[in-house]
Amino acid sequence: MNRKKIEASFFRYLFAVVTYGIIFIFVYILYVIFKRGFHSISWSMISEEPKGGFYMGNGGGVLNAIVGSFYIATGATILAVIIGLPVVLLLNVHLVKYKKLVGSIRFLLDILWGIPSIIYGAFAFVVMTWLHLQASLLAGIITVGFLIFPIFARAFDEVVRTTAFGLLEASHSLGSNHTEISYLIYFKRNLPGFITAFLLAFGRAIGDAASVIFTAGYTDHVPMHLSDPAATLPLSIFFQLSSPIASVKERAFASTLLLTIIILVISIISRIIYSKIKRYAL
Amino acid sequence: MHYKEEILDTVVSLKTDSIISIRNLNVYIGSQPLLKNINLEIPRNKITVILGPSGCGKTTLLKSLNRLTDLQHNLKTTGEIFIDEEDILLSKDELTRKRQKMGLLSQRPFPLPMSIYKNISFGLKIHGLANKKNIDTKVEKYLREVGLWEEVKDRLHTSASRLSIGQQQRLCLARGLAVGPEIILADEPTSALDPISSRKIEEKFIELKNDYTVILVTHILRQAKHLADHVIFMYDGKVVEQGSPNKLFNDPETEILKAYIEVGH
Repeated sequence: MNRKKIEASFFRYLFAVVTYGIIFIFVYILYVIFKRGFHSISWSMISEEPKGGFYMGNGGGVLNAIVGSFYIATGATILAVIIGLPVVLLLNVHLVKYKKLVGSIRFLLDILWGIPSIIYGAFAFVVMTWLHLQASLLAGIITVGFLIFPIFARAFDEVVRTTAFGLLEASHSLGSNHTEISYLIYFKRNLPGFITAFLLAFGRAIGDAASVIFTAGYTDHVPMHLSDPAATLPLSIFFQLSSPIASVKERAFASTLLLTIIILVISIISRIIYSKIKRYAL
Repeated sequence: MHYKEEILDTVVSLKTDSIISIRNLNVYIGSQPLLKNINLEIPRNKITVILGPSGCGKTTLLKSLNRLTDLQHNLKTTGEIFIDEEDILLSKDELTRKRQKMGLLSQRPFPLPMSIYKNISFGLKIHGLANKKNIDTKVEKYLREVGLWEEVKDRLHTSASRLSIGQQQRLCLARGLAVGPEIILADEPTSALDPISSRKIEEKFIELKNDYTVILVTHILRQAKHLADHVIFMYDGKVVEQGSPNKLFNDPETEILKAYIEVGH
């Protein structure tokens, strides 16, 4: 065997080992979550708020955290889209001529993406203390919204910027204005990318604990108003795992399973929408 | 004296017949000139061919006409471009109306991300046409005009990107015609097409010149000879020669055009 052949087979096996290794680890994590989660999941886990002494082994469920997480993640993702969508379209349609400015904004968004979520939480907490506000669902939504805004914006932007320049020229030549080009052509052309970015942002929002710990607080009740504090699944998992009682620790796996299932369901729904849109729009 | 009058007559006749007058047009990218002091008259209802080697500024000149150059980074334009007596470089507003006057056909087709039907109806709708029946009639009219109707009438509501590239290019032409332009700007529109599709587009241009002014950028000598009523030869950002195809192709004045024609054969 010559050197090239040895090199080729070495790297082929290396890639195979790394790839299968990673797949194995992920499958194992899912296996543990499913096995231990199914073991302790029950209807009351999903349908009830925690009863007194829940974290000491008494009955009840994590409905508060399921609903809280869902509210926060949905609200924050909608907020991130409301802020992020115009920014992305502005960068790619209105400001396409100003390369330096667009480059700086992208750089800024990249930095924002890299800031740890605890910083967002701490910053929001400082603002809330200054304004004499208490931890609430709304504060959680706003904080997480700002946390995932750069994620949504840059993920979507990376797709939108691949749009052919010829399409922009063609759209202008038809006499369309910037708004029509942005929302009727560019947004439509990049809908599949939009869904991916939306999903990425939602996944991050529902899984983040650090930004909500100061801002949304924690409660054993399902939030009824935006001004109520709200529990989230990641925090709920943390509190259950911190319990010294074995049965409560086991219930943490049921909560983990619920969080995994929520993300899985949202992923599947998005993929169905994605394939329908792809068939029609592109 | 006699000559002077004749020249004056020619200038006047050119002026009355021309739809576009370009005066002292300079385009720079940074400090680098792309177009150098262009002065041109483009005749109405004729096919004007802008000919020249790659990188000579043909496309930049074409895109200056509907100010697509505004979209380019670091591009500066000076001079005057009169279209129907109106300097299009002057005013910032009503740019969409001015662009609408000029349909663009680019090197390869860029269908809008929607159905065949909507590719045509999009332009009609954004310019205020709301009646569905009127839109249907117009969609059919313009698809017929580019010879696409028979090929697509059964799948109007499928995605335009599923058409062949030649069909897409004709769809783009139909889409451009639907918004009622006076001028058609074509930037090497057949360069991505097979010979049969190219021929279809070329024949369409000959039909279209009854109603529109066609400005065609090409580097294909055969196409220029086949289509041109008026030829502009460019080299290195300058207009080197212009005039009737007969004069330019049979009796070129400059060495560079002579060489271009020789190599082209």
